[in-house]
Amino acid sequence: MNSGILRQMRPTFVYALLGVVFMFVAPNVLQLFTIINLTTAIALAVLALSLALIWGYGGILCFGQVAFFGLGAYVYTISAINFGGSTWAILMSVLVTSAFAAALGYFIFYGRVSDVYLGVITLTVTLIFFSLIRRTSGPEYKIGNALLGGFNGVSSPPINLPWNTSSFLFPEQVFYVAISALILCYVFVGWLVNTKFGRVCVAIRENELRAELLGYDIRAYKLGIFTIGAGIAAIGGVLFCNGVGRITPDVFNLYNAALTIIWVIVGGRGTLIGPVGATFALFYLTSALGGQTVLNNNLVLGVILIIFVLLVPKGVAPTIIDRVNARRRKVPTRARRRRSSRAEGTQ
Amino acid sequence: MNFSRRSFLAGSSALALSSAPIIGRAQGSDKIIFASILDLSGGLDIYGAPMAETTKMAIDDINAAGGLLGREVELKLYDAQSTIQFYTQYATQAAAGDRAHTVHAGITSASREAIRPTLARFKTLYFYNTQYEGGVCDYNTFCTGSTPAQTVAKVVPYAMNKWGKKVYIVAADYNYGQITAQWMQRFVKENGGETLDVEFFPLDVTNFGPTINKIQTAKPDFVISALVGGAHVSFYRQYAAAGMNKEIPIASTTFGVGNEQTLISAEEGDGIIASYSYFEGANNPANTEFLARLDARLGAGRPVMNELAVRSYEGAMLWAEAVKMAGTPDRDPVIEALRTGLSYNGPSGAVAVDAQTAQPPADTQLVCDLVANPNQSTFLFENGLAAAGIK
Amino acid sequence: MDLVVAVLFQLIYVISNLALISLGLAIIFGMMRVINLAHGEFLMLGGYTVVVATNAGVNIWVSMLILAPLVVGIIGVIVERLLIRWLYGRMVDTLLATWGLSLLLVGIVTSIFGASTGTTVSPPLGVVRIGDYSASGYELFLVVVTIVLLFGVWLTLRFTKLGLLARGTMQNAEMASALGVSTSRIYMITFGLGAAVSGLAGGLLAPMTGVLPTIGATYIAKAFITVISGGSAILAGTTAGSVLLGGINGVFSFVAGSTFGEIALLMAAIILLRLMPRGITGRFFRKSI
Repeated sequence: MNSGILRQMRPTFVYALLGVVFMFVAPNVLQLFTIINLTTAIALAVLALSLALIWGYGGILCFGQVAFFGLGAYVYTISAINFGGSTWAILMSVLVTSAFAAALGYFIFYGRVSDVYLGVITLTVTLIFFSLIRRTSGPEYKIGNALLGGFNGVSSPPINLPWNTSSFLFPEQVFYVAISALILCYVFVGWLVNTKFGRVCVAIRENELRAELLGYDIRAYKLGIFTIGAGIAAIGGVLFCNGVGRITPDVFNLYNAALTIIWVIVGGRGTLIGPVGATFALFYLTSALGGQTVLNNNLVLGVILIIFVLLVPKGVAPTIIDRVNARRRKVPTRARRRRSSRAEGTQ
Repeated sequence: MNFSRRSFLAGSSALALSSAPIIGRAQGSDKIIFASILDLSGGLDIYGAPMAETTKMAIDDINAAGGLLGREVELKLYDAQSTIQFYTQYATQAAAGDRAHTVHAGITSASREAIRPTLARFKTLYFYNTQYEGGVCDYNTFCTGSTPAQTVAKVVPYAMNKWGKKVYIVAADYNYGQITAQWMQRFVKENGGETLDVEFFPLDVTNFGPTINKIQTAKPDFVISALVGGAHVSFYRQYAAAGMNKEIPIASTTFGVGNEQTLISAEEGDGIIASYSYFEGANNPANTEFLARLDARLGAGRPVMNELAVRSYEGAMLWAEAVKMAGTPDRDPVIEALRTGLSYNGPSGAVAVDAQTAQPPADTQLVCDLVANPNQSTFLFENGLAAAGIK
Repeated sequence: MDLVVAVLFQLIYVISNLALISLGLAIIFGMMRVINLAHGEFLMLGGYTVVVATNAGVNIWVSMLILAPLVVGIIGVIVERLLIRWLYGRMVDTLLATWGLSLLLVGIVTSIFGASTGTTVSPPLGVVRIGDYSASGYELFLVVVTIVLLFGVWLTLRFTKLGLLARGTMQNAEMASALGVSTSRIYMITFGLGAAVSGLAGGLLAPMTGVLPTIGATYIAKAFITVISGGSAILAGTTAGSVLLGGINGVFSFVAGSTFGEIALLMAAIILLRLMPRGITGRFFRKSI
């Protein structure tokens, strides 16, 4: 049984290994600023990974995954300022965010809210955070020593070595923390979806009613995967505010909420590497666009997304996997294409 | 706070830089690099687009006059797309990648606060050319925009003298609006007036009906506005649509900075009093000449000039003057030159930097003294005037 | 007493405003299960149509009531033919496609008109006096138009052949198709109609709010929440959602300020969806349109 899981996880380990290689090679070939800026991209990739888990495997269309990401960042920042160090703050961030997600999830799943209605509830929660935190610009909005700062946000203390509050990491060192966190989260999620728990979640995604009739308490499973996903998003949030040096209520806005969904769609639902890769690709695309001022950035990005959805409807990773599998099975592509088009026609 | 990220970073940055592999661009290039990060798309492009135009013009003007110290100035312009994370990112790229000699960047205070520590860490001179709430006290940062104490101090007594003592304040619900509203209340009180009510609006509110009812109930002598952004323009339209503009006049310290006057009709805007350090109609030879060249450059469809755009031009020119005076584009000599009280005669008149605060003298002087404490890097009004010990 | 009337009027205005910005989205979502993230941009395009036409000398009523829905309706049909029709039954992909479309439209409009546009279209009609208080006559007009529009959509759906076919397609597309209805054409018309209604709403609001390429962002979240809270019935859902959420928003805005008005609206939506997981019309008025 155990070796079965390991066999299932082989691709996960391959990608994780590639990540480790990148971690050691990148600082020697890339410029300093690229390494520093990578932390932000990695943080967003962790966020994408968390949504890839709960949406791609759990079937929960959470339109407000950034709520957990942003909450994680805020809790980290506020705790780190109060504790004077990051070790407990990171722990606190993950715990508080998971607890919040568990409470929200209980509210949602045990009320049998699902589908697009669930999407709207999570989005609405995100927008409430946005409105509330933006309201807190005065000196009276204070948690311990930390002022919330309203619209301008709070500057986030950098991560320090565990339990050593005087040794803060430089931004280029935070890169190592960030990429290690991404790899660990990736392996963890890769493992989780191959456990029995993960398989039941996929079964629920495929057919809720059938899973329930087989005796699974779908509410509990959904709540579980939702809470774990929120915890991972919180880790992303911690990395994000370290990368940016600051956390502002902007993370909770509609644009970012939608962007998270976009990464997962572009990368492909039902895979993990896809959304992670798509996040990096889109991050560097928008970031490169910002360096030019000839064409309007929205225009270019809009055209790319539209062409993408028409040409690669399943997302990048599933399309590539299909191609590879097709070749491996040595099925002539033409016959395969005919068969798949027939299958679509009957749907 | 038990520790300060900034002082820590500043202290250790030399180490960080020396330990970093320096690959790619060699320092040998003899161009002087001027980086600018502004929002040229997304919601804040109303402000960013004119600022980018005047920044480009400033660099072209400098180069047309033979560059600086015989070297050409190269502009690196980044579009932060109204997203804070891109500010940090491009600031890092400009400082560590482009090795810019100066970075002129930021529109919102949030964007400024995101890049200030980054640029301090890389010892890259930073200019913030936007009208802002005051209170930045930073060796490395020069703020050229006017602050509420400068504009509010002028418009409140003038309007009270003209219209009466009872004031109703409407402001944008974020730090700038909150702090400006505090200055407004202070100046109203100092001038023997009374603030009837203060109301704050999130930046995306477009319906001001309930407020207009409240204003009608309160019956102030005039309304003073610190509303900001595209959505808030609705206030002036709806105010006029209810016929209020003929009954209770409006004074403002923000009307016009996003070219609001061009977004509404002449009748709707008629009678609003605004206070700025620059208006396009300013009648002085430098301005006439500036506008004529801008017309020649951008044609008839050019944006209307406002304080942000003109200060972006003047900020660049002020920096150029300092480089000339220092004889080098390196940071410390340029900062020293700027703080000699160096001035530049621009479209808005003579602009000078106050040695005590590294910005035009005003409210910040109450709390900031860089002469006494040169290694400061703080934003004193971050959480309101009370937090800074004013009020 | 005057104050009560003035406040009540404001409340009705807030409610009808919410219904106006949501109706186009409700038609497209209710009929086709397409979540149109470019909805805000359809409103924005309606606004630009009015501003451009009026500045070019067209009568403001003509440009608001005829040109805005016409232009945006045509754009809607083009978008449906080129983009949306490939994505039916794939609700999630329409999210991505319409998000891309939303960025594209903002980009195009910014490239043509610049980041801010001189919009000197001011609300026509004078001032309405309520004792000591005054309100814009145009606001009153908007309330009336919203009611007429809701009624018009109801008549169309209830009594015309198109309405019957559209409702049939919505209930069971395969059955409708088997009975000889060209569902593809119905979808095209419905999407065009939804876009036209959005265009009309955007055009009507332009004199009150002005236009900016990014103005759509201020509408989309509220419209989305209203429509989903309303549930799947297009008219009853939008109306019920607007009355409830708009009412709460209006009352809290007046009592505690705009920020809390907005938060109250959002909280109400969450509680509502928890109590009625399929929206208001998932529980009440089930048989309605």
